[in-house]
Amino acid sequence: MEKVKAAIEARGVSRVFMTAGQKSFAALDNVSVSIRENEFFTLLGPSGCGKTTLLRLIAGFDFPTDGQILLYGEDIAVLPPYQRPVNTVFQNYALFPHMTVAQNIGFGLEMLGKPRQEVNARVAEMLKLVRMEEMKDRRTSQISGGQQQRVALARALAPKPKVLLLDEPLSALDYKLRKDMQIELKRLQTETGITFIFVTHDQEEALTMSDRIAVMSKGKILQVGSPHDIYDRPAVRFVADFIGETNFLGGTVKATAKGDAKVKLNCGPEISAAAIEGLKPGGNVTVVVRPEHANLVAVKAGQLKGVLDNVVYFGTDTHFHVKLEDGTGFMVRQQNEGDGRDAALVKGAKVGIALAEGTARILRD
Amino acid sequence: MMETALSPAAKIAADNEIGVMSRNRWLTVPAVFIITIFGVLPLLIIVVYSFMKPAAYGGVEPHFTTDAYVYFLFQKDIFDGTLQFVPDYLIIYFRSLLYALATTVICLLVGFPTAYFMATRPPSQRNWWVLLITIPFWSNLLVRTLAIMLIIRDQGLVNNVLLWLHVIDKPIIMLYTDFAIMLGLLYSYLPFMVLPLYSSLEKMDFRLVEAGFDLYATRRKVLWRIIIPLSMPGIIAGCLLVFIPTLGSYVTPLILGGGTHLMIGDLIAQQFGSGRNWPLGSAQALILMVAVLVSLYYYVRNTTGGIKHG
Repeated sequence: MEKVKAAIEARGVSRVFMTAGQKSFAALDNVSVSIRENEFFTLLGPSGCGKTTLLRLIAGFDFPTDGQILLYGEDIAVLPPYQRPVNTVFQNYALFPHMTVAQNIGFGLEMLGKPRQEVNARVAEMLKLVRMEEMKDRRTSQISGGQQQRVALARALAPKPKVLLLDEPLSALDYKLRKDMQIELKRLQTETGITFIFVTHDQEEALTMSDRIAVMSKGKILQVGSPHDIYDRPAVRFVADFIGETNFLGGTVKATAKGDAKVKLNCGPEISAAAIEGLKPGGNVTVVVRPEHANLVAVKAGQLKGVLDNVVYFGTDTHFHVKLEDGTGFMVRQQNEGDGRDAALVKGAKVGIALAEGTARILRD
Repeated sequence: MMETALSPAAKIAADNEIGVMSRNRWLTVPAVFIITIFGVLPLLIIVVYSFMKPAAYGGVEPHFTTDAYVYFLFQKDIFDGTLQFVPDYLIIYFRSLLYALATTVICLLVGFPTAYFMATRPPSQRNWWVLLITIPFWSNLLVRTLAIMLIIRDQGLVNNVLLWLHVIDKPIIMLYTDFAIMLGLLYSYLPFMVLPLYSSLEKMDFRLVEAGFDLYATRRKVLWRIIIPLSMPGIIAGCLLVFIPTLGSYVTPLILGGGTHLMIGDLIAQQFGSGRNWPLGSAQALILMVAVLVSLYYYVRNTTGGIKHG
């Protein structure tokens, strides 16, 4: 693979907080990650996983206990925020309430000492980019949440930062607006060609917008990859569990051959699944199957057998919760065809489950 | 005009609301009573007195005259009865204004970092800092002023320590100087500056400070462009709370100035005491009040204009 320039590179970064009672807590634990130029990179994880801490270290609001943060190869870990060519879109936008929309957008350029004319031209350009021309003389308290969001984006983009940091910027918006802003953000990133580092706990946001995603938990990065990698080939149980819905099946490895393994499941049948490196027969493993990669079939035709425990209708699809023979729950998601062929699938019905070929995967625990 | 659109139920609800409102209005009676008895009435008495003749042994004689206002600026020549402009009272007013302005500015310069420090402590500690700031209020102003006198007099704590350390070989004269008055005023009124500043800074969203740093503002720029504009309500309140009482302060300049550096408060007190000229004292008090009200009007109008929506 060709070497792509790293816009931001974290090398062995740790951030340890001392809490009351002198107990230390590592918000970031020896994290290394490389973020490419012009990439839409997402830090994804539950609250408290360290994603915002990492963002604050890159922005300069906080400083690492250990490690380096490189911006195009230059260590910026100890620079104050106003000396870093990096701008942030804050979770609550943090717009200056005593300034107008235009003054907010021009603030960064003004602080950089740009001449008045240049500032005005750039502000006009930014207002156009985020479609807020008519609002330029409004106070930030006089515009809606979605508009504040766009002003916050324009303000952070105006000084042409090398990297734009976004700290859960969509979390305060309602569903419809959030959808629109996701598309808007992606458009802005493509148009400006600036590297975006986006922090979110919303997996759907991460999957739809990102070029690459880093899944974080407890101060560590568990997996970095494209949305496809993360969703289809989760490396560890946490990633499989956190992203989307997944069925976990316990089992024992019977045989391995060329990336394929035969696993005897605890619920009875033996199936084949994509193996991971270093897998040896006899070990206990977890097999994961996504709900949409399984189908309900007649009992005889099914690889797995069970009893329907619950049926949840979602409009576009239906979730069938099946209790397998050993008592494990298994969920199957089926697209609704609208022809009523699923009428017989009611609670208590005996069903078989067929797994789509090549979709079952073995996880490291 | 909405009458026709209201359903009977809504009408009853509206009537009830009006009933509640008019009943609530009676709750203001104690406040109005107190303000009238202790605020408006005495003020009216002062206005009336200022247009009367002084009685020989204090008090007033009920004859209408504007003499009190005339003698504020002029003096009648004993021989030909012509009026001569005498700026003595104006000088005292001017000096008081200067003291009050200087005290306000110094209080602001000292109080702002203090309030900022308090507002940036962890929330659990902040109330302790507020408590510490209010400790001086637990003892009487007179006692505190006398204590300052004891500390800074020629044989006081400061001079004794400095002499003992051989830093100086004869006492520095501090008592009964401008310095003593300023020190006393600063000490007495600093909490009135710190508390409103603190309450303003405590409410400030410090993420805005981070946003400022993020947008290339240095510490100094963040202070001037973000923190100070956002704490303007506190700055205004603090300045008013220090400036107004300082301008009319009485005990501090009397004790620490030794009667040689008169301020307005002492001047007015003199008219009611040894001067036995109640109308002049009343006029002086009213002139001070009007001057303060007029300057306040312009001050508040000019300083709040830009932050109306903040």
